[in-house]
Amino acid sequence: MSDMTETALRTFTPQPALAPPKELKGAVHWARANLFDGGLNTVLTLLSLLLIVSVVPGLVRWGLLDAVWQGDSEACRVEGVGACWSFIGANFRILMVGIYPVEEIWRPVLSFLLLLGVIWLTVSRRVRGIRMVAFWLVLPFIAYWLIGGGYLGLPEVDQSRWGGLMLSLLLAAVGIIVSVPLGILLALGRFSDSPVIKISCVSFIETIRGVPLITILFMASVMLPLFLPEGMDVNNLLRIQIGMILFSSAYMAEVVRGGLQAVPRGQTEAAKALGLPYRHIMFYVVIPQALRHVLPPLIGRCIALFKDTSLVLIVGLLDFLGMLKSSTQDSEWLGFEAESYVFGAFVYWLVCYSMSRYGQHLESAGPKNNH
Amino acid sequence: MLNKLTASAGSSRFRLDLVLQAVFLALIFYLAYSVFHNTQVNLENRGIESGFEFLDKEAGLPIGDALISYTPTDSYGWAFFTAVVNTLYVAFFAIILATVVGVMIGIARVSRNWLVCRMAAIYVETLRNVPLLLTLIFIYVVVLSSLPGARSSWLLTEGILLNIRGFYFPKPLPQDGFGLVLFSVALAVVLCWGFRRWAKRYTERTGQELASFRISLVLLLGLPALTYLLTGQPLLWENPELKGFNYRGGLSLRPEFLALLLGLVLYTAAFIGENVRSGIQSVAKGQIEAAQALGLKPGKVMMRVILPQALRVIIPATTNDYTSLVKNSSLAVAIGYPDMVSVGGTIIGQNGQAIEIIGMWMAVYMAINLLISAFMNWLNARVQMVER
Repeated sequence: MSDMTETALRTFTPQPALAPPKELKGAVHWARANLFDGGLNTVLTLLSLLLIVSVVPGLVRWGLLDAVWQGDSEACRVEGVGACWSFIGANFRILMVGIYPVEEIWRPVLSFLLLLGVIWLTVSRRVRGIRMVAFWLVLPFIAYWLIGGGYLGLPEVDQSRWGGLMLSLLLAAVGIIVSVPLGILLALGRFSDSPVIKISCVSFIETIRGVPLITILFMASVMLPLFLPEGMDVNNLLRIQIGMILFSSAYMAEVVRGGLQAVPRGQTEAAKALGLPYRHIMFYVVIPQALRHVLPPLIGRCIALFKDTSLVLIVGLLDFLGMLKSSTQDSEWLGFEAESYVFGAFVYWLVCYSMSRYGQHLESAGPKNNH
Repeated sequence: MLNKLTASAGSSRFRLDLVLQAVFLALIFYLAYSVFHNTQVNLENRGIESGFEFLDKEAGLPIGDALISYTPTDSYGWAFFTAVVNTLYVAFFAIILATVVGVMIGIARVSRNWLVCRMAAIYVETLRNVPLLLTLIFIYVVVLSSLPGARSSWLLTEGILLNIRGFYFPKPLPQDGFGLVLFSVALAVVLCWGFRRWAKRYTERTGQELASFRISLVLLLGLPALTYLLTGQPLLWENPELKGFNYRGGLSLRPEFLALLLGLVLYTAAFIGENVRSGIQSVAKGQIEAAQALGLKPGKVMMRVILPQALRVIIPATTNDYTSLVKNSSLAVAIGYPDMVSVGGTIIGQNGQAIEIIGMWMAVYMAINLLISAFMNWLNARVQMVER
């Protein structure tokens, strides 16, 4: 018996594997499995195709094929042309930096290059940990000094001349960098055993979260001057920046709270058993773990804050959206609203989508739940 | 759990903590006092009144799109109330429509149909990553203003049409006996509720399933329809008609309202769609396979197995989206729909009483959001798993 098996094994030569059945591979099979799988799916696919065919060619023709890329407004008014992208070209400086003085334009450009540099260093993981945080903390101050000037030999540029995408990015960057630590403090305050601190923090967070940002901005722009002592004047931009920071920090606090609650109790108990004082327990044990847990929603809040900067247009600052809007009222370029807002949507989308993709990347590369 | 930690960490420094708290409290009181004092001085210097007496004064401001009757000779208080009603009106319909669209998007996102799934993903990623304010302005300035003029309106069917001045549709004119129809609707709802309770107990007792969905549908539609026919169709429709340069009669929605509604619905639907997607994906695959193995039809699998479990994830997240929708309706001010913020802003411009108006805004928004949260918490408590 065993001899027979051995000989059988020795003489056995496997046949070459058969190719998979034809109908299980290739484009036709894929289409059948994913697009025409049953009656309902076939109908849905056909409806979707109909929608695509009726919308996409027209959009491509308008936005790319028939679009005007160069020339003045006359070239765009010819019958039958598509999008007038030369409108964006003509207003590009205004859209990016507002009415910033032309001869000083290198300053926002340099700030922007610094921003790109720090982003590159972060995403490529060339700087990490505390050094990365330091880079991000220092960057807005350098950008603020470069753009605003007034110190160390740079001539001052008044804040009423700041605008465009530069202003949006600056509002968002300063907002994020100040509101994250503030949010952490508020979240810790929520867990404080002191009733005074606890109640103040909870009522602050819940009040802010209960009202729209626009009322906070109105408050910052209209009411804040009433609150301050006479003669003390804070300019409009700073007031609105403070409003945005207060608003954002309440939401950051809620995000951080989730992270604090996710840190297992054994961690704090172990730290206590080691005899660490409260601030060390918080700063070396609890907060780092909490922040790692909530990185994705934290990035979500950063995206939301960047989108929210568009609201400052309502209280009279000319941010990117404000500039998009006012550029359509340029007497030479009347009637190109579609181009203006499509371009604006694309820029906002590019920034927000990249941030959210980076957040997803961190989420998949980040710490796994190991408890 | 952190309370415990800080409590024991602080117990050794009990007295220091008390002192710190007292200092903090004193700081807050000082801050509050100085803000109060400064405000008093500043208001006096600028000659701005304070208090709520202005609410009784004649407003004199026009509201373009009032749901309840309002004329500029009415008081500020009534003007503000009209605006509150407008906010509620747009938020209510936006929440319903956003839920419908959002659920469709969410189901499309988990569809096995590749094309449908991709299109839903593109929709979500586009709408979520562009500021709502830009979307709103785009819809108002680009989409709605490219609609044809009144004379070349798009007629969808007789009496329903769309042009640059808004969306027009017939106005129902109830005749004698329409009360009976309304009564039959109420009766049908009550009967349906009773029937479903009975059907549930019947199923639990006998294990037999009734076609309760179909029966309730017949009840809900059939009874009112029957009454309507028996009472001699007591409802007439007044169609909008072209008179001169514009349509008169019927009902209409103005472009500002349409733009705000559309913007809020499209934006929020993207977020609700993501909630629905993550809810459905949170249901363990084994549950679905087990249901299929038991021979349940796809519809039953969805209604009886996936949805009840998915709702536990969907509802809390969607509560947040509803409250943000209400808050986002304040962006109406940018396109000129007379909501609370828009009208309140005009009042501030007229009499400078910013503190009162901002306080009223905050109170109303918080009240609406508390109501939504309370309702959604009630709903959430009903779908939570009953632990045995």
